[in-house]
Amino acid sequence: MSMLETQALTREFGGVIAVNKVDFFAEKNMITGLIGPNGAGKTTLFNNITGLDTPTSGKVFFEGKEITGTPADKVCRLGIARTFQNIRLFKELSVVDNVMVGRHFHAGNSKNRTIQAILSYLHVEKEEKKTYMDAMKWLEFFGLQDLRNEKAKNLPYGYQRELEIARALATEPRLLFLDEPAAGMNPQETEDLMKTIRRIRDIGVTVVLIEHDMKLVMNICDNITVLNYGQKIAQGTAQEIQSNPAVIEAYLGKDEDEEDEE
Amino acid sequence: MLNFFILILIYTCIYAFMSLGQNLITGYSGMLSLCAAGFFAIGSYTTAILTTKLGWSFWATLPVAAILAALMGVLIGLPTLRLKGDYLAIATLGFAEIVRNIINNWDALTNGPMGIQRIPMITIFGIKISPYQKYGFLLMEVILLFICWFLFERLASSRMGRALEAIREDEIAAKSMGINVTKYKVVSFALGAAVTGIAGCLQAEFTLSVSPGSYVFMVSIMVLCTVVLGGMGNFVAVILGAFIIQFISYLPQLIGLSNIIPAQAKQIIFGLILVIMMIYRPQGILGRKERNNKKAEKAWSENKEVVNEHA
Amino acid sequence: MGSVSLLFQHLMNGLTLGGIYALIALGYTMVYGILKFINFAHGDILMVGAYIGLFTFDALRGTTPLGPWWLVSFFIAMVVSMIGCALLGMIIEKIAYKPLRKGSRLAPLLSAIGVSFILSNGAAWMFGTHSRKFNYPFDNSPISIVGVVITPHQILILVVAIVMMVALKIFVDKTKMGKAMRATSLDGDTAKLMGINSDMIISLTFGIGSALAACGGILISLDYKVYATMGTMVGLKAFVAAVVGGIGNITGAMLGGFLLGLLETFGVAVLGIPQGFKDAIAFAVLILILLVKPEGLLGKVEKEKV
Repeated sequence: MSMLETQALTREFGGVIAVNKVDFFAEKNMITGLIGPNGAGKTTLFNNITGLDTPTSGKVFFEGKEITGTPADKVCRLGIARTFQNIRLFKELSVVDNVMVGRHFHAGNSKNRTIQAILSYLHVEKEEKKTYMDAMKWLEFFGLQDLRNEKAKNLPYGYQRELEIARALATEPRLLFLDEPAAGMNPQETEDLMKTIRRIRDIGVTVVLIEHDMKLVMNICDNITVLNYGQKIAQGTAQEIQSNPAVIEAYLGKDEDEEDEE
Repeated sequence: MLNFFILILIYTCIYAFMSLGQNLITGYSGMLSLCAAGFFAIGSYTTAILTTKLGWSFWATLPVAAILAALMGVLIGLPTLRLKGDYLAIATLGFAEIVRNIINNWDALTNGPMGIQRIPMITIFGIKISPYQKYGFLLMEVILLFICWFLFERLASSRMGRALEAIREDEIAAKSMGINVTKYKVVSFALGAAVTGIAGCLQAEFTLSVSPGSYVFMVSIMVLCTVVLGGMGNFVAVILGAFIIQFISYLPQLIGLSNIIPAQAKQIIFGLILVIMMIYRPQGILGRKERNNKKAEKAWSENKEVVNEHA
Repeated sequence: MGSVSLLFQHLMNGLTLGGIYALIALGYTMVYGILKFINFAHGDILMVGAYIGLFTFDALRGTTPLGPWWLVSFFIAMVVSMIGCALLGMIIEKIAYKPLRKGSRLAPLLSAIGVSFILSNGAAWMFGTHSRKFNYPFDNSPISIVGVVITPHQILILVVAIVMMVALKIFVDKTKMGKAMRATSLDGDTAKLMGINSDMIISLTFGIGSALAACGGILISLDYKVYATMGTMVGLKAFVAAVVGGIGNITGAMLGGFLLGLLETFGVAVLGIPQGFKDAIAFAVLILILLVKPEGLLGKVEKEKV
């Protein structure tokens, strides 16, 4: 079994089938791409795997265990983290605090955390120091350490994207979902992002990404899945995808003559 | 004059307890609760009933009142916290009204509109803390308030405080970072309710009587004003807010014009405070308290130097 | 009285109460549909409407004896009150809500609570804390129609409420302005791009909502008294009605209003809920609907886009 698998995953919104019986999988230590035209159901598929949405039918397996319908916070604690298409940072919090939120469930021991946190001054201080160090480690990974005290909302766009990934990585996931990480980036930034994504894979985190930038996808993805109108229409390596007629049709449309005949 | 000032300070303390709670709920977690009056009433009536009917000591009623208020907070919170903020405001307001409805109608327990009189005074180590000796009462209040403030400040600077702020900023992102949003919302609601209940206990002991008329919607609005005025997300600021609100409340008496200035004037001012602050200074007088990572930052940079030296 | 006619009796009482809730609920729902916020001051606008109506009515009829002129005065008073409240609603929106449109979600809500407090206490200051009675503009002796006792004022309430709702429905569904309103409610930004003046539409929404509230305020004053905080509880219940019907949905608000009116009447009369706890029924309904069907009966599920 792959690290992540969905079996016939379906999500309907009042008669509209956004995701239709999709069998998606991601292999351990690889970079998997999820592509498709706008409205193909990519983000919906992400949401249904990461627990922000509940599938109408079908199953989700992570490391062999079924996680269908598990709430988002639990999914994260199981080892799946994600970023968002339209960046969702904690805007009023500082950069380092954003990452420290990612360390939340790793800090402290399991019992009476709240009470302990209120009563024990030393305990809080020690815990906060540890959390801070761990958070800084991830900021350094992205070279953002000097911006640690800035408010997240004041960061330039590209840094905000990186911060969001840093925050997700701080939860120590084994599987990381990136929803359009290159959106709005210039070619140089995209180039850097590709390197970053490879570095993330190299530290042992499996990556799944939605992306419209074909250069990025074809360059770094070991495996690509294509969705169209909620259905999986192709899957394979970059080369296989590029020569797949169904994919070409989905992206470029049919010839006008053919459409006229319909 | 001085007497009035002490009176203002005594009420400042009572409202400061409620402000701490409202600040945790609204300033930190970003939920608009409008039932301070309800939790306040629960605290007051718990003390009033347990001391007069069962002869309990005030100190024994304090935790019971806090726990009862917290339970009520959970009760109202669980169904509504999952939903959008606007619903919460209405549901909590409705809840506060129901509490008042119940104390108004449950004659056997609460003595209905007449209320409960002759609440025994607080004693501590055999010393009576009478509301007539205002300094003693104020001192006790200040000590209790300091303890509560300290605990709330600790809570806010811990990772729970950070989680609450994350929830306020973006609930979906917080959830995706592994934070159990519902749990934290309910906990902050319960703690906020508990401290508001404690304020109720003190109110009962200061007036030595309770009646439904003291637990009206206006109380909730005043508490909300203290937080908006002082600064959401800043425990010191909301205590300052509590003082200003009480000062405005008693200003007519303080300057001896209470016969001329109608009772509604101050309430209109409270309404204006909400509107004007939102338009011109939504962060309040002192503004939000930034999270302080200085100690951890220092430890981090020292640690880094050590690593660099070894390298 | 037979049990069937008793049933019709409660039905009639429930419908009149529900008609008033529906009128007021419309204001909540229309504003929510466009600005996505609860106008807390809505209940107090209906109180202002009741006062304007009461004073205008009393001034117009003067010392004339009960007769057709009273009824004419009543309707003139109603129109005056509706216009007055429409203006008031628009002014409040301009001053207290418009500057906050870009800010946090909490800001307009807090501002609205402030406005509500200013209005209710301002009224108490100006008009005193005692309650006043709205005179019936006609002889209100009950009429018996096949065993069901109906008072003329109940007929008036029902007729006015239904006329208002039908007029609103026609306005929103059939006129150009109504279409612009619906477009703004569906997607404000796109509507703006299509050349719709969204500021004007928002103003109009507040105006219409407030006028309907004034109408509801006058109608409810026929049954209850006029006083400074009369709008709070009625406003809250009308809000519940809007939520029950599906907030943002105009037909839903009407349905929710009637449903809540019937539930309250039957809750007390048939289920035997004590009169003192009548107000709690609405909130129990609110909590229940939020738990079971948070989008309301006719509302659409709104999922935040991620």
